[in-house]
Amino acid sequence: MAVQEKLNISDPAELLTGEQSYSSLDHEIGDIVLDQKRHQMRWWLIVGAAFLLVNVMLMSIGYLLYMGIGIWGNNQPVGWGFDIINFVWWIGIGHAGTLISAILLLMRQQWRNSINRFAEAMTLFAVMCAGLYPLLHTGRPWVAYWLFPYPNILGMWPQFRSPLIWDVFAVSTYITVSALFWFVGLIPDFATLRDRSKPMWLKKLWGILAMGWRGSVKHWHRYEAAYLILAGLSTPLVLSVHSIVSLDFAVSIVPGWNVTIFPPYFVAGAVFAGFAMVLTLAIPIRKWYKLENLITPTHLDWCAKVMLATGTIVFYGYVMEVFYAWYSGNPYELFLKENRMGGPYAWAFWSLWICNGLMILPLWIPKVRKNLVALMIISQFVSVGMWLERFVIIPMSLHRDYLPSSWGMYYPTIWDFGMFFGTIGFFVFMMFLFIRFLPMINIFEMKDLLLRKEHDGHKNGAAHAAPAMGGGKGGE
Amino acid sequence: MAAATHEPIGHGEGGGAIQPYAIVAEFHDADAIVAAAAKARDEGYRHLDAYTPFPVHGLEDALHFSDPRIKWTIGICGFLGAIIGFSLQFFVSAVDYPMNVGGRPMVSWPSFVPVTFECTVLLASFGAVIGMLAFNGLPRPHHPIFETPRFELASQTSFFLAVEATDPKFDRQATVAFLEGLGAYKVSEVTYNPEDEVY
Repeated sequence: MAVQEKLNISDPAELLTGEQSYSSLDHEIGDIVLDQKRHQMRWWLIVGAAFLLVNVMLMSIGYLLYMGIGIWGNNQPVGWGFDIINFVWWIGIGHAGTLISAILLLMRQQWRNSINRFAEAMTLFAVMCAGLYPLLHTGRPWVAYWLFPYPNILGMWPQFRSPLIWDVFAVSTYITVSALFWFVGLIPDFATLRDRSKPMWLKKLWGILAMGWRGSVKHWHRYEAAYLILAGLSTPLVLSVHSIVSLDFAVSIVPGWNVTIFPPYFVAGAVFAGFAMVLTLAIPIRKWYKLENLITPTHLDWCAKVMLATGTIVFYGYVMEVFYAWYSGNPYELFLKENRMGGPYAWAFWSLWICNGLMILPLWIPKVRKNLVALMIISQFVSVGMWLERFVIIPMSLHRDYLPSSWGMYYPTIWDFGMFFGTIGFFVFMMFLFIRFLPMINIFEMKDLLLRKEHDGHKNGAAHAAPAMGGGKGGE
Repeated sequence: MAAATHEPIGHGEGGGAIQPYAIVAEFHDADAIVAAAAKARDEGYRHLDAYTPFPVHGLEDALHFSDPRIKWTIGICGFLGAIIGFSLQFFVSAVDYPMNVGGRPMVSWPSFVPVTFECTVLLASFGAVIGMLAFNGLPRPHHPIFETPRFELASQTSFFLAVEATDPKFDRQATVAFLEGLGAYKVSEVTYNPEDEVY
């Protein structure tokens, strides 16, 4: 027990501040959904702007379907451009959600309770954005089902030795499991909303979603078993997804791609970018919706620490890339490094090192991790940096490979940018709809945290431990 | 209102006898309901259930409730997923559409690992969610316990302990008195008409 308490670094007192009770939590979280007057003009402005970008996305998709992917900048020798950069970028952003909801659950990190719902929603919408790119890149998305193995009159099957088909399975499993995990987490909160809402139609709506949840101890027992196992399944899943994404590159023979460091380096980069996005969204939203007591500076501090740790791993990857180019003695690898550092896209390479190497260094200072403005700025650098990383890896490796006669340049077109900014708009649009219409913090897990906090208070204060808890409490 | 109502149990609108469903005690403290559940169990009650806004640890131990079926279901589903995933790839790559890639064996199993793994996770996850709902008997829009006064608080701030009428020791007066003795905020009797319960 002593060891467990030492390992359990989460102190509930720091994770839930202010005078809280079960009903104050219901009020603070649930009423963001039930009391629609709490959403101010700001919500409409953001959703309106995001909706404009959604229309840009729809136009870009519409024109793409009409003309074909020739409207994009992809061409020989750079066959993978913005579509794959953005695919990898978005799916990486999604990974922080699963990390927070699954991996931190398995590690019994209670600080996940305040941000997991929100981060899972982020995962879901980010993976939706990611999925659009390969789907549209097929050129004929209406026959995208050809990607899946099904008996057909062509007598053909997918090639299961290719990482691209692994990707189809990984990403489609990932979005399905993420959606299941998210929905299961919402069921008890739907019941809370059902019981709190006044109008009959609203009660019925939440009632349908809650599916008759009544919080019986039998329900909770099976629920917790299922939820924990889902977390256990999601943890290797999220690691496999980005590893498989990295194998799309690593299995090929292109210089700069054919390296074994890719899977761990990609996974770390995904978590890095994802936490940057969590901070980007959490910092303004906790202020606008007065959730400072639920998402405390301690949460942001720890998110920043995860960002710093994963960022350092990523930067180690960059340094290793330079090292093994030299150490391999392979002229093509060596040329690739020279081309990255001094070629036509050198600006992207050096910006990447600044964004992901230099700009995260202030996070070593505790004061910076408590400074919201600084965190917000650093997160933006990280998001840009992680996008640049994919730019450096994808078009920069392709544009000058083995044969100088087939070298070329990659120029994205306005439609590439339309899709890119369009998906950003779609992501923001969906996130703000989510904030308005679903409880963005897990209500029942916060109540659990509150109970733990009270128990800790008893232990430290009146030296009287909670009665009859059968040792079931604490960090086990 | 601390005592239960004792009107004679009559007949419902649609015919059929109204029967007692349970005596339900409301508590305002998670620790209190765990203690109460343990005492009810010691007293000899067996058909007990508790309704709480969040999972209260220790409560399932106090009520001696455990259901290993969900874990088995997930395990079996995951195993099925692995078998389906691997056999699909085996069939496609070695039987129905064999393709020689660089002289590698037809059953180049290491390259089948990722898809096998994804299928395992996918089926196990469906097993977890559908299994959880199925064993919990959900979706079920109505349940007699919802007739408990103030039961809307069971998902918000209150903790309810129910002694079900099927319990061998169930006795309307004695059970009410027992639950009141546990320091419950409110004890109520819940009735239902079995013919109204459609599920």
